[in-house]
This record gives sequence, C-alpha cells and structure tokens, in this order.
Amino acid sequence: MTTLSTDVLVIGGGATGAGVAWDAALRGFDVVLVDRGDLAEGTSGRFHGLVHSGGRYAVKDPKAAEECIAENRILRRIAADCIEDIGGFFVTTPWDDPAYADRFKDGCQATGVDCEEIDPALSLREEPRLNPDISRVFRVPDANIDVWKTVWAMAHGAQDRGARVLPYHAAVAFRRDGDRVTGARVRGARTGEEIDVEARVTVNASGAWAGRVADLAGIEGVRVLPGRGIMIAMNHRLVNTCVNRCQMPTDGDILVPIRTVCVIGTTDEHTGDPDDHTVRESEVDAMLDDGEKLVPGFRQARALRVWTGVRPLFEDAKASDTSTRDVTRAHALLDHDQRDGVTGFVTITGGKLTTFRLMAEETMNAVCRQLGEHRPCTTQTEPLPGSEQREHYRLGERLERKEEHLSGAQLICECEMVTRGKLEDAIRRRATTNLDDIRRLLRLGMGPCQGGFCIYRATGVLHGLDGLSAEQADAALQHFLQERWKGIWPILYGDQLRQARLDDWIFQGVLGVAHTPSSDGDRSAA
Amino acid sequence: MSSVTTPIDELLRGSLDHCVKCTICETQCPVSNVTPLFPGPKYAGPQAERYRVSDEPSVEWSVDYCSGCGICSMSCPQGVKIAEINAQARHKLKVQKGIPLRDRIITRPTWLGRAGTPVAPLANFTLGFRPLRVLGEKTLGVHRNGPAPKFAGRRFSRWARSHAAPATGRKIVYFHGCGTEYYEPWEGQKVVEILEHNGFRVEVPKQDCCGLPLQSSGLFDDARKVVLRLARALAPHVRDDPDTIIVGNATSCTLMLKREAREILDLENDPDLALVAERTYDICELLLELHDRGELKTDFKPVNERVAYHAPCQQQGHYIGKPALELLALIPELEVSEMNARCCGIAGTYGLKAEKYDIAMAVGADLFSQVRDSGADTVACDSETCRWQITHGTGRSSVHPIDFLHRAYGL
Repeated sequence: MTTLSTDVLVIGGGATGAGVAWDAALRGFDVVLVDRGDLAEGTSGRFHGLVHSGGRYAVKDPKAAEECIAENRILRRIAADCIEDIGGFFVTTPWDDPAYADRFKDGCQATGVDCEEIDPALSLREEPRLNPDISRVFRVPDANIDVWKTVWAMAHGAQDRGARVLPYHAAVAFRRDGDRVTGARVRGARTGEEIDVEARVTVNASGAWAGRVADLAGIEGVRVLPGRGIMIAMNHRLVNTCVNRCQMPTDGDILVPIRTVCVIGTTDEHTGDPDDHTVRESEVDAMLDDGEKLVPGFRQARALRVWTGVRPLFEDAKASDTSTRDVTRAHALLDHDQRDGVTGFVTITGGKLTTFRLMAEETMNAVCRQLGEHRPCTTQTEPLPGSEQREHYRLGERLERKEEHLSGAQLICECEMVTRGKLEDAIRRRATTNLDDIRRLLRLGMGPCQGGFCIYRATGVLHGLDGLSAEQADAALQHFLQERWKGIWPILYGDQLRQARLDDWIFQGVLGVAHTPSSDGDRSAA
Repeated sequence: MSSVTTPIDELLRGSLDHCVKCTICETQCPVSNVTPLFPGPKYAGPQAERYRVSDEPSVEWSVDYCSGCGICSMSCPQGVKIAEINAQARHKLKVQKGIPLRDRIITRPTWLGRAGTPVAPLANFTLGFRPLRVLGEKTLGVHRNGPAPKFAGRRFSRWARSHAAPATGRKIVYFHGCGTEYYEPWEGQKVVEILEHNGFRVEVPKQDCCGLPLQSSGLFDDARKVVLRLARALAPHVRDDPDTIIVGNATSCTLMLKREAREILDLENDPDLALVAERTYDICELLLELHDRGELKTDFKPVNERVAYHAPCQQQGHYIGKPALELLALIPELEVSEMNARCCGIAGTYGLKAEKYDIAMAVGADLFSQVRDSGADTVACDSETCRWQITHGTGRSSVHPIDFLHRAYGL
C-alpha cells in the first residue's frame, strides 16, 4: 500500500473541497484532495450555474443575502475567467404577490445588494422574449459561473503549490489515534489500489454525503438532508440576463443563461439518498409551466436535457421533516474538537455554491486553530489560474478562437465547438479514458445533439491516442451514451425527440453500438 | 447585460431549435463546397448562433462569405431559417466593421441606372475598358472581370408611358425592377405584350428598387427604407380591388417582396408590405397558374431550338417548383434541358466583389460546364444577375424564359 503524508487531507472535490485545497495551498500547507468520483461531479456540477446577487435571500434570509453579495463581488475578481457578467432581473409576474416587490427592494437595501428598479418596457427591449405582463423589474448583479472550470482552476492552482489531487479515490476507512483523526485510507476506483494518507487534519467537504463520511470517521449525529432539485437546460439562450421571479423563493423561479444554454430551476424535495437522481414527469411538467410564466412559448422551445442535483442541507434541532427549503441554507462548519472532542477532523457542509470560497476560508481558519498556526487567508484577493487578466468570459470566445483557425482546426464536437487539438490535450492532461471526464472539461457532447455527432469521433481520437483496445473504446462510447441518455429520456418531446431518433439511427442503425464487443469494465472508473 | 434586441432576431433565432445537425445544408451549400473561407451554413447558422449575444461584438468575419443564395434554408428538412440567421449575423458584422464604399455603391441599382443611362455609351465603354476596371478593382474592390451589365441607354418606364395600353381587360400591376428599367427594357416590353395577349390591362406604377442588394450586403437600415418606399408605391394600386395582383419578372426582387424583406428586415408588421407580399407573383408562376385554370392562350408556334434552363436559387426560394420548365414545355419543338446545378455563383452582387469573384466562378463552374455540354445556344434563367453571370461564364446568350413564350406567341 502506498502511503502519503500531508498537512491537510480534503475529502470531497466539489467547489467547497477544491476551495479548501486552494485556500490551504495558498496558506502554505501541503494538501491531498480526494473524491470518490471526478471533481465537481456531484452537487457542484449539477446546479444551474448562477452566482447569486443575494436578491433571492434579501427578504427571507438577510445574512445569506449579505454573504452572497460579498462573495459575488469577490468571485468576479478572483475567478473572472470562469464568470460571465450576465446581470439579473427580478420580475413581478402576474402570478407573484405584487406587495413582495417593495419588501424585496427594502431587503436589498438593508443587505447591501445592488438593486435598481427599471421600467419593464426597458427590460422587454433588452429581453424581448420575457413575459410582457411583468409589472415591476429590478436589476441586480447576477453572474454565471462555469463550475468545472472554476474547480479545476483551483485544483491546478493547488497542484502548482505541491498539492496532490486524486479524483476517483474514495475514502474507505479513517485512521484514528484515540481521539485524534490522523488521515484516511482511500481506494482508487480504477486501480483498486489503496493509499494510506496520513494527515495532520482531515476536512470532510463531502456536501450531501458528509453524514456518511462522518459516520465512517466514527462521528455520530452529523445529519445532512439531501434536497433534490431538477433543472432543465434549454437548447439556446432564450434570455441573456438571469431572470428571477420577484417572490419568496420557490420552485422553477430562476432562468439562468450559461454558456450556450439557459437553465431553469429548480425543485426542492427531500430524498433519503444523495445518489437518488429520479426525475418525475410531473416535475418536468411543472418546470415547463414555470418557464412559460417567465418566457411565453417556453414549452415550444427545445429542452435539451434534464438533471438533478442534491443540496446538502444541514439539519439543526428545529428542522421540520418535510420541506427542505425551510431547513437552513446557511453553511455549517463543525469543529469536531469542540463538538465531539475529536481532534484533527473538521466537517463543512450545507451552504450554496455562491459562498463556496467563504466556506473554504472558514474551514481553513478552523484547521489553523486546531493546528495552533496563524496563517491568513488570501483567497479573497488571489486570482485563480487563468483569471489573472481579470477579464470576464464572453460567450463568443469559442467562436472567435475557431475563426482564427477556420480550416485548420478540426471540430470534433460541433455544437460546443471542441477542436481535435483541445480534445487531445484534455485526454493527455487528464490521463483518462472516461469521455464524461472530458465532457466536464470541454463541454464535449453537451450541445443540441448530446453527443450524437461527436462521441463516435471522440472515441476514435481516444482510441488512437490512448492505445486502448477496440473493446475498451467501445465501452467508453457506450458509457458516455448511457450517461447522456439519462438526461434525455425524461424530456423526449418536440425537437429533442427528433434529435434522439436521428442519434439512435446513427448509433444503433449505422454503428450498431449495442452489438459491438466491449469489455465489461466499469467505465466510470478512470 | 444585454442592450437592445429586435424581436426579429428572436423569431429567426428560435428556428435553430429545429436543427438536428444532419448536415444536409452543408452538402448543398454551393459556397462552402468550393472555398474554406466560408465554414458552411450549419456552422455559421444554427451552430454559431448559439454563441451570439445581441450586445456582444461580432467575432466572425467568415459569415461574410455566405453568398445569401438561400439554398440551405430551402434544403433544410427541419425548417431552420439558416440563410436568414446568417443574413442577420452578416448585418451585425457589417454595421460593426464598417460598410465598404463599394458595397454602398453597387447595392444601389437606381443610382447607378440613373447615372449610367443618359451616358450609356460612355458608361458601357468604361465598364468594358480594362485599365479602368483594374483601377476599379484596386480602388473600390469591384473585380475587374465581374459580370457588370451594359446600360441599355433607355428606360423601360419611358416605353411604358408611351405604350398604348388596351382600354379593357383585367387589371394587373407590373413590378419590373431595376434590371428591366435600366439594363434590359426589352424584357419588360415582352412581359407587357404577353400579358396583353392574354387579356390583361397592365399598369406600370412609378417604382424603384426593392432593396435586395442592400439587404444581401448587410445594409439593413437602407434596405428597409428602400423596400418600404416600393411597398408604398405599389400598395395603392392593389388595395381597393382584392382581385388585382402584382407580377414581376425579376425573380429575386419578387421574392424580396413576398418573403425576404418581411423575414430578414423585421418588417412583418408593415401593412403595405404585407399587402404587397400577399399579392405579388413571379411571372412564370402566374402564367402557369393561368394555364392550370385553362386561361392561358396556347397559340404557340414551334420554336426549333435547344435551350438550357437553370432555375436560380432565388427562384427556388419562392417554393413554387419550376413553372418556367412547364411553360417552356408548352412550346412545340423547343428542346429544353434542365440544368442540374446548384448555383451560378453570382448571388446578386457577391460575384462582383474582388475578394469573392473567384469563389463565385468556382461555384458556377458546374453549371457552366453543364451548359456547354448541353449543346444549347441559349440559356433561359429567371434572374437577371444570374443570366449575366452565366453569359460571363459560358459565352452563351441568356434570356428570361418568357422570351421564348414571346417568340412562340409571335408577338
């Protein structure tokens, strides 16, 4: 068994865990970051992409609103390249309580959320698809964020400072020395090999899975309620500004333009299992109805894909048992030294993506306290790798880059404009045979045809580069198609149904993928 | 954050949802098949459109190499408005990068016609004089070999005013367009005589350009003004009588009135243009409809000739089939061979532009060789700029299909 020795072991490679690794590396600690799957494959990679202005919480949860606007400003500085400055509207539709608008305005003022009321006619000129019956509109500084890019930027930044980043390594047992946690044993999903990681402090940043990880460490009573929500990505941007309903937070009240799509979200339902990705027809239906309220004709527009994410909602003593929206959205930092008398172990859970940096900062402050070392946090000023220029991402960037090499650069994924060069780079860099890992890096196969035209090409490239056997390459292809299919079948209507038929003819009819000889290996293991 | 978007952006853009990436449009695109400078209709249309934000600057130059022929929209089995999306993107690019003087000049046939007609011999000499054409290419960017038409030296409208129209007959409004007015007035005379032969009383309102050259070069604001001026001129002639229609022999200009101006220039709500669009017919479309109703005179005399027929892209954009072919088939002894080529390359003014001339000639190469192989002395084609290009590319004379009808009627 390989052994590693480090200052801080972080379990969980979502935005929070990667944020902790980045924060710790900047403070000069040696770090090992592990995740049972790929980085940002869980909750972080399964949200709508919105960096809140804070407006959503201005009435209901003023502290959260203050945190959001503060972090929004910081993220725009430090993660500029991952963020697009789309701006946001809060709109009062005919279905919203008109009295809420004034409370909203007051709430924003009280919490310091920048908010300007504008003429609805102006908002309609900016966003012509918006419901013309909106009565009031407030402009707020919403933004969107590419989470995968952000998380990998932090991981690479940490690696540059000596951190070891191990995706597809699940914690299988904790090292204990009496009342001290001294690290954990992790197992590589592909290799099956176990690594013994000795750490001065172990951070449980596993979000919705934090209760299970705490159990594994022998810490009792860390209860995290997974709140499942569905999101639907529409084929192109119906709006270029984030549109929020001006009402108390509820289902289906945000439409977020991000990259080439726009995402409507979300629902909120308690589930016992954070790996539960059920999508119910009634939920899809309700979400489309909500979309129709914001953008008339929403049901005629093309839905591309649906997915679910699970929020980690930390349950406090007052938690009700049914609706998770009322359980605290604030993050919870558990210093197990103070709480359980176990040193060397800290849990961070709850919270929201917008505040991941703050969560990481507070976590590392607690780690420093446990270690008795004073090392100040610098993540609020240090730009992430790639964001040094402090220029925001623009949607047209890929188109612009492609124009420079119009006939030279071969497009593999046409919808998301992934060139062969970029694909080969990513495969080499990740040393992976899992095309879903590549998808998260490049958006490969995330466009209208959902891999229909690019995945057989990408498989060929992978096969050529990696020296995979034909069977392994076929398995990589099939695995990717299976993953895509999960998000397509619940929205099989209209244009996406036609696409699915064509894709099916390509893969089943022309290529006969169901009958290709493939290995039975678990392709999620890279 | 967005600034101002016009609703038409959204209407055309919405059609990209129907794209299933099938690539049929790319197999049909005459331009991307001959040059790497245009990445193809699927790329520039539904694919690139997902990356365009109304208030972000245009980042592509390649969409300017789309000739606007419209074959992509026509061939799309899913109903994506590909050419129209591209036209919008080209407009944005032109507005942002500045419109070359050349594009401002060659897109205004009325200016050119008015300036050239009184001094036609001199103007024609100039257009045919190589050193001056070389100079024109270097200073303006109009290719030295581009098929510039010759001024007729007289205007069709003058003939029409002096022409004694029959006192009776069913009223019809004739939209002759700029090509007939300044370059081929005889085509207009033939249209009038054919219609009169079939019992119509032809009215020729005072009229001007339809704005298509401006629109296809991305000068949308000017194109709007021009097409609306034409709509205002034509609409009063048909408004009071629901049976009165407008007929034109310039097939790309009638398509502009029927559909393109409304779709591409965001003029769906203009009542005059809507009325004109509804009443406008292509001349061959009208004659074939008359024939289908048994109302077309068929006293055709034999014409013992061979003709090659090319249906121009803009004609096909009417979605009316190829009525000219059926009309030509009515003429005894006329041997018609249909050309099976996509596009002649000219696309209005595209092939005149110095940087695009070679592309246009490469696009037309297939048609040119088919024409030469056909053994026909004459090419029939519904669009004047295509005729000029075909003659330029083949050395064969080219006429509007109604020329043969006119001869067969013995008019």
